[in-house]
Amino acid sequence: MRRTMVKFFGTTILLGMIVLAGAILTGTADARTLDEIKAAGRIRVAVFADKPPFGYLDEEGKNVGFDLVIAKRVVKDLFGSENAVEWVLLEPANRVEYLEADKIDVVFANFTVTKERAEKVDFALPYMKVAIGVVSPESAAVKDIADLKGKKLIVVKGTTAETFFASNYPDVELLKFDAISEAFQALTDGRGAGLSNDNTFLFAWANTNKGYTVGIPSLGSLDTIAPAVRKGNKELLEWLNEDIQKLGAENFIHKAYDEALAPYYGGTVNPNDLVIEGGVIK
Amino acid sequence: MRNSGFDVLLSLNNLRRLMLGLGGTLEIAAVSVAVSVILGVLCGFAMMSKNRAVYALFRVYLEAFRIVPILVWLFLFFFGSAIVFGANLEGWFVSVLVFSLWGTAEMGDLVRGTVLSIPAHQWQSAEAIGLTPWQVRRFVIIPQTLRRIAPSAINLVTRMVKTTSLVVFVGVTDILRVGKQIIEFNMMKNPMASFWIYGFIFLIYFLICYPISRFSKKLEEKWSY
Repeated sequence: MRRTMVKFFGTTILLGMIVLAGAILTGTADARTLDEIKAAGRIRVAVFADKPPFGYLDEEGKNVGFDLVIAKRVVKDLFGSENAVEWVLLEPANRVEYLEADKIDVVFANFTVTKERAEKVDFALPYMKVAIGVVSPESAAVKDIADLKGKKLIVVKGTTAETFFASNYPDVELLKFDAISEAFQALTDGRGAGLSNDNTFLFAWANTNKGYTVGIPSLGSLDTIAPAVRKGNKELLEWLNEDIQKLGAENFIHKAYDEALAPYYGGTVNPNDLVIEGGVIK
Repeated sequence: MRNSGFDVLLSLNNLRRLMLGLGGTLEIAAVSVAVSVILGVLCGFAMMSKNRAVYALFRVYLEAFRIVPILVWLFLFFFGSAIVFGANLEGWFVSVLVFSLWGTAEMGDLVRGTVLSIPAHQWQSAEAIGLTPWQVRRFVIIPQTLRRIAPSAINLVTRMVKTTSLVVFVGVTDILRVGKQIIEFNMMKNPMASFWIYGFIFLIYFLICYPISRFSKKLEEKWSY
């Protein structure tokens, strides 16, 4: 009896391992086509849950933010109702993996377009432009990268800022965190001389956290932020691009700015510096 | 005076959301612990097998879960299964699966080690007074095993409860993730929110794990000679 049981469990686990090993060597997941999404009656959209003002949860736990205003409109254009959606909350570091594993149909999570990412996912037309900035305490403001020599710079894993400093300024010591909240906590705790992230986000943070300043407002090249779909999901990409052009015709991104970003930035930022209408960079 | 930020814990909405998150944490922990205890005992007896191949197999299984970080296992099942099989496993299911596999392996090793630690004369004496093999286990070996295994098994349970905080990486909402979301929402107007929220979560984890550890002390005392 015991022998049989031992054999049974042994065989089960052995089989499991073989299947898993075999699986790793073959096959891929297929992205859902536009027709399949329509047939399912629901689109899976990945958004942030902890990055105000772009994607976050309000007091009642509802998904809100700039990305969400645009994403909701896109869902509405697709299904006629902005509720035909499943919001998937994710962390910055695994946006590409969620698409590759076909866990989601489209990303609206403040996704900066980069060459490396464009090899793995297909970006649609951009709706926003952004550069990297560095925020630091006013009392010891970091105004130039040279100021960072021998000091620690806080970044979030998987962000453009991390890649930018790692490849262009290997001398700057990076202190990396998984979540944005931890990174800002580290800055306020004085664990680094500054924090680098997208400037759009830093402006908002410095605007409400007195004593901090965006000493370096713009670094590297001007990047754009766009929705992304699984590599090769052509139909969905084309539909998305058409819709973004349509939104541009009615100046919708400016409306989204007024609704979600203006309260955060106050009057200090010119919306045209951030917003892209119809995917055309002016 | 500067706002202490404590009011973030007075909001009913925040507390309700944290409790929902706690539900997620407890659900995964409870199911995984239950599965691990049951399968772990079976696994432990299997590991005592005289058959070398069987033993080697379980050894590989155990070491695989000890050496490879749990987070990697979560990713392997969550993303791996989808990329490779096209099988879209839910984050919740993946979490329970990985935690159960891990718990079973560790629990199995505890059972194996503990049963083997019972001196051979216990078996021999029990047989010598005429007990059947079942009685030997029921009245001699299992009671002694239980007492010896309690501290390390409880340690495993509390470790599993704490490690559930990794499930956010496969999209599951647990108490820690809800905490982060609330902190982020309040970041601009209440920078102290993280202190209170994390403090509250610390207290919750303590309230879960401390009674478990007290319970194990009680059992040890009760079962001691």
